[in-house]
Amino acid sequence: MSTLAATLAAVDPVPWARGQMAFTLAFHIILVPLGVSWAFFTLIANYRALKHDDRDALLLAQRWSKYMAVTFAVGAVTGTVLSFEFGLLWPRFMGQWGEAFGIPFLFEGIFFFTEAIFITIYIFGWRRLRPWTHFWTGVPIVLAGIFGSASVVAANAWMNAPTGFTLDSSGTIVDVDPWRVIFNDAMPLQAAHMIIAAYIVGGFLVASVYATGMLRGRRDRYHRVGFIIAFSVAAAMTPVQLVVGDALARWVYDNQPAKFAAIELVPETASDVPETLLGRLNDDGTVSGGFAIPGLASWLSDPSSGRDTVVQGLDAFPADERPTTRQVNIVHLSWDVMVGLGTLLFLLSVWYGLVWAVRRRMPRSKWFLRAAAASGVLAVITMEAGWVVTEVGRQPWIVYGHMKVEDAATSNTGVWIMFVAVVLLYTALGVTTVLVLRGMSRRWRRGDCFTDDDAPYGPRAPAGRAPDEQEVAP
Amino acid sequence: MSTAVAIVLMVAIVAYAVFAGADFGAGFWDLVAGGAGRGARPRAVIEHSIGPVWEANHVWLIFVFAVLWTSFSQAYASITLTLFVPLAIAALGIVLRGAGFAFRKSVQRVEYRRVFGAAFALSSVIVPYALGSIAGAIASGRVPAGGRAGDPVSSWVNPTSILGGVLAVAAVAYLAAAYLVWDARRLSDAAMAAYFRRRAVAAAAAVAVIAAVGVFVLRADAEYVFDGLTGRALPLVILSVACGIGALVLLVRDAARGGRLLAVGAVASIVAAWGVAQWPYLLPESLKVSAAAAPDATLITVLVVVGLAALVVLPGFVLLYVLDQRGLLPEESS
Repeated sequence: MSTLAATLAAVDPVPWARGQMAFTLAFHIILVPLGVSWAFFTLIANYRALKHDDRDALLLAQRWSKYMAVTFAVGAVTGTVLSFEFGLLWPRFMGQWGEAFGIPFLFEGIFFFTEAIFITIYIFGWRRLRPWTHFWTGVPIVLAGIFGSASVVAANAWMNAPTGFTLDSSGTIVDVDPWRVIFNDAMPLQAAHMIIAAYIVGGFLVASVYATGMLRGRRDRYHRVGFIIAFSVAAAMTPVQLVVGDALARWVYDNQPAKFAAIELVPETASDVPETLLGRLNDDGTVSGGFAIPGLASWLSDPSSGRDTVVQGLDAFPADERPTTRQVNIVHLSWDVMVGLGTLLFLLSVWYGLVWAVRRRMPRSKWFLRAAAASGVLAVITMEAGWVVTEVGRQPWIVYGHMKVEDAATSNTGVWIMFVAVVLLYTALGVTTVLVLRGMSRRWRRGDCFTDDDAPYGPRAPAGRAPDEQEVAP
Repeated sequence: MSTAVAIVLMVAIVAYAVFAGADFGAGFWDLVAGGAGRGARPRAVIEHSIGPVWEANHVWLIFVFAVLWTSFSQAYASITLTLFVPLAIAALGIVLRGAGFAFRKSVQRVEYRRVFGAAFALSSVIVPYALGSIAGAIASGRVPAGGRAGDPVSSWVNPTSILGGVLAVAAVAYLAAAYLVWDARRLSDAAMAAYFRRRAVAAAAAVAVIAAVGVFVLRADAEYVFDGLTGRALPLVILSVACGIGALVLLVRDAARGGRLLAVGAVASIVAAWGVAQWPYLLPESLKVSAAAAPDATLITVLVVVGLAALVVLPGFVLLYVLDQRGLLPEESS
């Protein structure tokens, strides 16, 4: 028993802290796009309903607002856990850098609060406000979602491009410029990349549910309208994302050369660097496997100098200031997954756009619907892969160039216990969320009455009253 | 400047104690309401009473963290390093509670509701205990300054922490019962009003006993805070006791109004008294607020955000409150 205790006491907390942070962030980030973009889709449906007296759109808006409340509630608790984890897992990081890094979260708090309040008002408002007043109470949800995610991404961007502080000789922060902390060099592109991603992922996720419905024979107008609203927004955003993503990659080339070398799998500094698809880096610094397109990585890094562009390789950095071989392979594979799936989603959007331009209606073929039904999950994988690239690619740094992850972690050896508990709890949470959302949808399909008190943010159900109001109440 | 931020921090802690406290306490009464049959009526009142912005109440806690890690980052590191276990329990409890409550509202079948309800109720008790024990650890000077870890176990398993935890559970139960009496009355449910009135009185008695024991615990275990409570913070302590007695009298007499407000006053002033008692220390006797504070630019940002929050969030809050009240008018809800 005492040997067991001794073994457990010797567990290195760093990998567990890393694992837990990665797991909880990866979970939370799936809910974020829904929190950011679903309100926008709901308002489009709401607008259509009011402008054209469209009953299907009204039904969609009412139901979406309630699904949104469930995902927002789950996102709120998983977000609260993240704020605990900053301290529990990375106390040394927060102790040294909290005075700068923490600032964006103050603003995020305001936006989160605004979002929570207006989601509640919007759900309350279906029966209690005049239709157009009610529509306008939804607008702050959309804005708060955008500004809230910009705030959080600003904090992450600061870890990539730490600015806005002055250190004394002992490394303690003695002065802070909050404006430069928030609007650091990485922030504009990273925030744009994530907010657009939120609309793409949210749109494909929502649309994929209706595509699945259509494949199962529910090809009524209600399903079509639901699909078209969500899918159109996501599809319109995919080309924008290609441009923003390309600009961000060039920012990484200029500012985080070690991450860029990992992304492009470049062991040695050179010009005329090939773009290697798949493949892996070996410990001896050679690259094996994969499919190389000559000169493309150099050309993409700076088209003005073309294939002559020099790309710094991993050998340009000391071994303890760049990602390990294993991390390099993770970053490179994730990059390929992100770019590959992102391109597929773009092509799917082109298909949709072409059919729409020629026939003035959405494509109805089985193959399009199958692809659209898969697009939600694919978009989530794309976004997760993108976050893996930026996070693993920054290793070993937690604050780029200033602090390493291993110096930031807690010394508590019990982290692994919390990690196990978190994985169990979140697994149950994820499964239940999906089951609850599906249950709501089935209940509504059976034609149960509309009430607004069965959603977590809905009004209180007057005790002892049976749901008595019809859906699409005036 | 650091004093202003410390006051902001204290106000946020009081707000969390009062707003989220009432929600946690409702979970306590949900837990002890008995089986699905017997507990159905009190649970209906509880569900009805938990505010529409229950989830948003955690914003106060997140805000407390954000103020701590921006303005007093070394102290924040010390607290999270030392009190890893109770903080981890509180975090997991908040997930369980939030999810349990959200899902209970969204599912229809009794057995599912029971599972989610149990998760909600049990964690409603665990979280305030954990947070109360954290307050006890800080008050008794068991969190060292300088971003160092104190004892991982005895920092939160000690007389003052146990007092803090038990007192937190009892106080939120009392607060919630006072609210639930009022809610049951609004629903014109006289039987339930009496049910929760009995419980409010019992909880008030429990709080009084715990507080009386607490006097001796603090004198032996948390000297600095004890001296503060009997010195500088004495007016707040007296205010808290007066509010508590007043609320009790009103409850026993079944008075129409005032009981709820006095109960809030009792809890708010005792939490504020803790803050005043340990002034000027953030971590008693090892770290002063002024010494712990971040550079002025960061502190100014905190105060600006507080101002913005008042401008942006308050109007929405008022609108929500008005809608909620309007929606409860009987002719509109039927």
